[in-house]
Amino acid sequence: MKILVGYKRVVDYNVRIQVKPDGSGVVTDGVKLSANPFDDIALEEALRLREKGVAEEVIVVGIGPTDLTAHLRNGLAMGANRAIHVVTGDAVQPLTAARVFLKLIEKEQPELVILGKQAIDDDANQTGQMLAALWDRPQATFASKVEIADGKATVTREVDAGLEVIEAELPAVITTDLRLNEPRFIKLPDIMKAKSKPIDTIELGSLGVEAHDHLKTTHYAAPAKRSKGVMVKDAAELVAALKQKGLL
Amino acid sequence: MSKILVIAEHLDGKLNSSTARAVSAAVAVKGAAIDVLVLADNVDAIAAEAAKIDGVSRVLTVARAENAHPLAAVLAPQIAKAAAGYSHVFVPSTTFGKDVAPRVAALLGVAQVSDVMSVETAHTFKRPIYAGNAIITVEADASHTVVATIRSASWPAAGAIASSAPVEALTIDAALPTHTRFVELKQGSSDRPDLQSASKVVSGGRGVGSKENFDIIFKFADRIGAAVGASRAAVDAGYVPSDLQVGQTGKIIAPELYMAIGISGAIQHLTGIKDAGTIVAINKDGEAPIFEIADFGLVGDLFKIIPELEQALS
Repeated sequence: MKILVGYKRVVDYNVRIQVKPDGSGVVTDGVKLSANPFDDIALEEALRLREKGVAEEVIVVGIGPTDLTAHLRNGLAMGANRAIHVVTGDAVQPLTAARVFLKLIEKEQPELVILGKQAIDDDANQTGQMLAALWDRPQATFASKVEIADGKATVTREVDAGLEVIEAELPAVITTDLRLNEPRFIKLPDIMKAKSKPIDTIELGSLGVEAHDHLKTTHYAAPAKRSKGVMVKDAAELVAALKQKGLL
Repeated sequence: MSKILVIAEHLDGKLNSSTARAVSAAVAVKGAAIDVLVLADNVDAIAAEAAKIDGVSRVLTVARAENAHPLAAVLAPQIAKAAAGYSHVFVPSTTFGKDVAPRVAALLGVAQVSDVMSVETAHTFKRPIYAGNAIITVEADASHTVVATIRSASWPAAGAIASSAPVEALTIDAALPTHTRFVELKQGSSDRPDLQSASKVVSGGRGVGSKENFDIIFKFADRIGAAVGASRAAVDAGYVPSDLQVGQTGKIIAPELYMAIGISGAIQHLTGIKDAGTIVAINKDGEAPIFEIADFGLVGDLFKIIPELEQALS
């Protein structure tokens, strides 16, 4: 089995996001970039499936500018067999990303595509579902457990009501939730090994997918802040205050 | 004029309050006609509830055995067909809506606006990015159907009215896939209010110390009729299951009263409670960041304070 994994580069989750004073965007210059945490989980899951003998090949896919190569090398160092770099200087919205993945699927014929449930920059939570629709295949989103057997994936999904289990015939799209696994750390020798692994480079334009902005972002603002309230001295004062507000 | 189709979310034959919240967002689109679409195996009880939501013109139903469970692959083709003639499709931004709405958008070949916090115009919306650390204004193409998920925490549930909107059965000619099958739903305890929609929530954090100690949180929540939540630290430590997690990677909630007990207030947790009405923090560390955003703070040992609270209540 061949597995395609989406591997997006985003502003590191530890960075405190700052909105530019003129509302034109968030500050990204000189800010640390890392793999989207949900994508690291996606890659880890694919690697575990390969280690279990369920899959033979794991391919990481990145869509972005020419300097994305270094990021894809991290995916290779983590253990992917090879990488595909779809090159574009433009920001790519979910529908475009899904169309790009569909083109790659037609070429690579994977049985499984694993993506993060969302990227922590735009928080859209769309690409996997859109891809499954365009591909006309099952989707198992927000996965916290994945079992592959007999041509199907049995996936436990984290839903608001609890844990839902569904069966999806392969090929299928799975999107990862936080508790699916804990991604491995990259070891130094693996970084050396990754240097000789292949990265295919494809211009986005050559796929016949146009990267146009379906949604226009016209303004960025900092969120409204909550202000610090009052400190109460004991339980009785707290209960009195909440009762006064009609909350208890 | 805008015509908005709101997709009903339901479980066990009952409408989820996220639906009435999505209707509120639809009402915010000026002059819109609002229909609610119920897809289920047994639609009657759910449709009757939806018909009483203030602002709804019609309730449309699709009763099919295949709709017994909310499988996106099965529901999306039906919603995409039903969307013909509508300018907007609004879906609650819950795990249900997040699963199905992008599939609908892709079938329609349009973009999706995720997590709508406010409606500026019929095609301009505000939504959070970077876990709510920035709010963007986005413009959708007015020549296409707008598919949007509605962030429940940002919208009050539209009220109930005495009269009922008409209910009409739809026949939708859509081929439904069989490649995706529901197996089971393991629900958490259902005798407490639902965390996502509760008006009061009591959450425990790492400070609670153990799975056994968490009983004190459950007991206190029951005492005041609140839902129970937890910080990611408490979930990761195995004190409570993950469906109780409040925060960026868990549930984003907006109860009238939120009580954070033994929670230090990591950014990722605060993201999930920003829109709460009143936040109470109880923590033994007076320097904990949770106090920076709490309306009422109380420094002390939670195991001493909770019994005192119970006593003060009786």
